[in-house]
Amino acid sequence: MLVVSDVFAQALNGLAYGVLLFLLSVGLTLIFGMLDVVNLAHGSYYMLGAYAGVATIMVTQSFWLALVIAPLAVGLVGAVVERLCLRPLYRRGPLDQVLLTFGLIYLFEDLVKWIWGGRIRGIPAPALLTASVNVLGVTVPSYRLFVIVFGLLMALVLWLLIDKTRLGAIIRAGVFDSEMTAGMGIPIDRVFTGVFAFGTALAGLSGVIAGPILSAAPSIGAVILIPALIVVVVGGLGSLKGSLVGSLIIGQAETFGKAWLPGASMLMIYAVMALILLLRPQGLFGRPLR
Amino acid sequence: MMGRGLGIAVVVAAVAVLPLVAGPYPVKLVQEILIWGIFAMSLDLLMGYAGMVSFGHSAFFGIGAYTAALLLSKWPGLLSGLAAPALAAAIGALAIGFLSIRVGGVYFIMLTLAFSQMFFALTFQNAFLGAEDGITSVPRPTVLGLTVTSLGAFHVYLLVIVAAAALLLHRVVRSPFGHVLRGIHDNEERMQAVGYAVRRYKLLAFVIAGTVAGVAGSLYTQFVGSISPDAFLWTTSGEALLMVIIGGTGTLNGAWLGAAAFILLQSLVSSYTERWMLILGLTFVLFVLFAPGGIVGALRGRVGVRS
Repeated sequence: MLVVSDVFAQALNGLAYGVLLFLLSVGLTLIFGMLDVVNLAHGSYYMLGAYAGVATIMVTQSFWLALVIAPLAVGLVGAVVERLCLRPLYRRGPLDQVLLTFGLIYLFEDLVKWIWGGRIRGIPAPALLTASVNVLGVTVPSYRLFVIVFGLLMALVLWLLIDKTRLGAIIRAGVFDSEMTAGMGIPIDRVFTGVFAFGTALAGLSGVIAGPILSAAPSIGAVILIPALIVVVVGGLGSLKGSLVGSLIIGQAETFGKAWLPGASMLMIYAVMALILLLRPQGLFGRPLR
Repeated sequence: MMGRGLGIAVVVAAVAVLPLVAGPYPVKLVQEILIWGIFAMSLDLLMGYAGMVSFGHSAFFGIGAYTAALLLSKWPGLLSGLAAPALAAAIGALAIGFLSIRVGGVYFIMLTLAFSQMFFALTFQNAFLGAEDGITSVPRPTVLGLTVTSLGAFHVYLLVIVAAAALLLHRVVRSPFGHVLRGIHDNEERMQAVGYAVRRYKLLAFVIAGTVAGVAGSLYTQFVGSISPDAFLWTTSGEALLMVIIGGTGTLNGAWLGAAAFILLQSLVSSYTERWMLILGLTFVLFVLFAPGGIVGALRGRVGVRS
């Protein structure tokens, strides 16, 4: 009985982490699918979100306001970056965009260090969610439950948005063939900026949400990118469904690795990735490779 | 052509006699430039010639560095300092290359990046490899009965190995094999259709580049005297990419310029301000936006060479 409840508790932890990874990786996969850009600075927007959240809470004392303001601020930064830096590069190869976003990691990291200093910061959970609750005999911090519910709701909203609305149809068309979409009279430039801003805002959102669970430091941007990248590789580039399934798998792998194989926990997610790639090189839900 | 050969000879001679005329600080800077230069040059073979952008080149640098650190502590000879690290890196490159080459473009970038981070995770948690702290107080090897501990002796030792590796890369690029690589870069489908086993060529290029990177890693361990998991960090690969870009992609010798610019700028900036990373990031962004041909490209007066 003890073992079963232990497994259940770990699975819930893994679910919370997986949901966080989903919010982060869905932007990465959308930006790649639409703009053909591997945004290596995606983890930096997560880091910016965490710090924007810290700043908002410092001023307003409200976690909920931070949850709204920080993603908006990060999305704005994303829009500016897309307009100023990425737009001139679309006609060049993917290498230039990769290198540019790599440079942005250093830029953002040092700027944040300059403004806030290098020490580790945490965001306190909102007063409403500081208690623990009992779920089927397991004590779970209520904030974690909130993260799980919130993340799954976001997944539902994103699915409805992309699969059921006119805007979603435009985005899907752009992912499939952006030139043809532009030819149909869609202002694809603005859609590009919008998708980039939206994806980075989601990264910023995940940075705020993660605040009470994982602490933030300026260097977290280059670190958190790796699991997000693995999620995208496992799930398949440009696939929303792949991003969700990949996140949940990697979330569980990471959490159970930490609990059961503490000496090699960091290797778990790579083992999962290598296994899936051997079986399906294009990822679980990716389009077949050329 | 004569002028160019003379120019190279003068530069090599100047580097060789440096310890006789300069103090230890500039000599060490030059040694660092030599090590990073050969590392960046091996990456340029992949990027500039085969058209494969690897974001995981630090994996082979790290494999070479750790192999040397482990072996030199027990048997401080040329076998541990050169042959074994090269072999280990070659085997690593063969395995990672086999898995990564099946996919192209950005997928390749992401895979190589993830694999290099896997080695970081491995060394970071492995007590045998010193975990977070890595392996320290690694002795320098004994070559031809002489231990290369002094600054001057190590300088000569380093210069010989780096020059040999650079010559090897130049030979590879000029060989028929190198021409096939360029063909693959320009049009992979056509090369396939003409009958070349494209994947095998790419894999061999990946292994050659990985081997040289392993030698660079081993030299780095010997230069510093220790190695830590940070060697595997994917940002190390990114910095090598920057060196290639600054110098000029697809020029091989541009790697020296890129490494020199990077290391001199780093030591210069760090002595004035803490904002080195900000400057590094800006350099990246500005070079990509405004000088994609790098220093060599600008010197040749053309922009946008092979990118």
